[in-house]
Amino acid sequence: MGRHRVHVTVNGTAREAEVESRLLLVHLLREDFRLTGTHIGCDTTHCGACTVLLDGRPVKSCTVLAAQVDGRRVTTVEGLEKDGKLDPIQDGFMQEHGLQCGFCTPGMMLTSYALLERSKNPGEDEIRHAISGNLCRCTGYVNIVKAVQHAAAKQR
Amino acid sequence: MIPPSFDYHAPRTLPEALALLGQFGDEAKVLSGGQSLLPMMKLRLAQPAHLVDIGRIPGLDYIKEEGGVLKIGALAREASLEASEIVRSRYPILADTAAVIADPLVRNLATVAGNLAHGDPANDHPATMLALGAEVVAPGPRDERTIPIGQFFTGLFTTALEPTEVLTEIRIPAPPPGSGGAYMKLERKVGDFATAGAAAFLVIKGGVIDRAGIGLTNVGPTPIKAREAETYLAGKKPEDAVFAEAGRIAASAAKPGADRRGSVEYKKEMARVLTVRALKKAAQRAAGR
Repeated sequence: MGRHRVHVTVNGTAREAEVESRLLLVHLLREDFRLTGTHIGCDTTHCGACTVLLDGRPVKSCTVLAAQVDGRRVTTVEGLEKDGKLDPIQDGFMQEHGLQCGFCTPGMMLTSYALLERSKNPGEDEIRHAISGNLCRCTGYVNIVKAVQHAAAKQR
Repeated sequence: MIPPSFDYHAPRTLPEALALLGQFGDEAKVLSGGQSLLPMMKLRLAQPAHLVDIGRIPGLDYIKEEGGVLKIGALAREASLEASEIVRSRYPILADTAAVIADPLVRNLATVAGNLAHGDPANDHPATMLALGAEVVAPGPRDERTIPIGQFFTGLFTTALEPTEVLTEIRIPAPPPGSGGAYMKLERKVGDFATAGAAAFLVIKGGVIDRAGIGLTNVGPTPIKAREAETYLAGKKPEDAVFAEAGRIAASAAKPGADRRGSVEYKKEMARVLTVRALKKAAQRAAGR
């Protein structure tokens, strides 16, 4: 069926691809652009492992068509580091042991990054609410909350 | 999972979208936020041959009060509803509802209009819109219809919308003085559909209920308007014994099926409890508390 040319800015770089109508954003990122930091977890809009920022807002890329992002801006976990320097959210996850197996981490960091863009000093409740669409099956939420607070403190 | 093959169309104007829907008829589905439709397509529960993405049509993402009516455009996201100052201050029942739909990431894409147009009895806005007495605006190939929400949900995943129509706007009457509403949902975990949910809206005049609206979530093949309970409440005092009886009457309108979320008896009981809680909260808000 139909194919579409998609122009999308990924991590600040203009990219393009020819995609089938049914291609999902997560597959465009992982297979066409080889950005495998975006994970596929449940594939049913529950777990948030595939979270990316679409025009700055966290969304589940397993539930967005590649064709829908034509002309838009996507940030993946690979886009957090700038000029060899980790983003404070990455540093926070490292310093506070915010990951165990690491599978949920890219999604957790992107959702938290977006939270810190609008809230400079989030409390535990606010952080837990923000990440309620991202599941950590290691159940390492205590350290994830600390990691986000570490990043918030570093940014202030 | 990748959805079955289909053709994707991205019209830039509403007339273009309507022309595409006119051309494809029931072979096409409208795509807006995609947070219900795409998962259903991945699971092969829906296999439309064409998707008409209305996401690029400018000017449909508004939430505004105009001429005594709150107007919600087709592309207004749940996250925008939750964050809207006018919604939080004047329509807290809508903020209640948006806040318990799926999870924050889904709400960044999911639309309020899509929550209605999908026709899923497990969705949360239908009950709230039934309680509020909303209308939806649906332009089609020839003219534009305004459909009262009480006539909108016709069956399981079925609405009064024709395949050639697009739901472009939701209209909610502005709350009169002395009114209040609330939505209560029981969910097993964040992101789950309701085990049961209840929306209540009360207009209280001179210490007496002038008008009541009650909607129920996920306790039947369609969202349910608890008309008998609404009628019972009119003219009564807003007090606990009255709300308890209204809860019993509302629950008797529930026709749930048993599933992983609970037995028929449990769900009916939860519909009763949630209706009573929603009524009490609505009355508190009506009193400015």
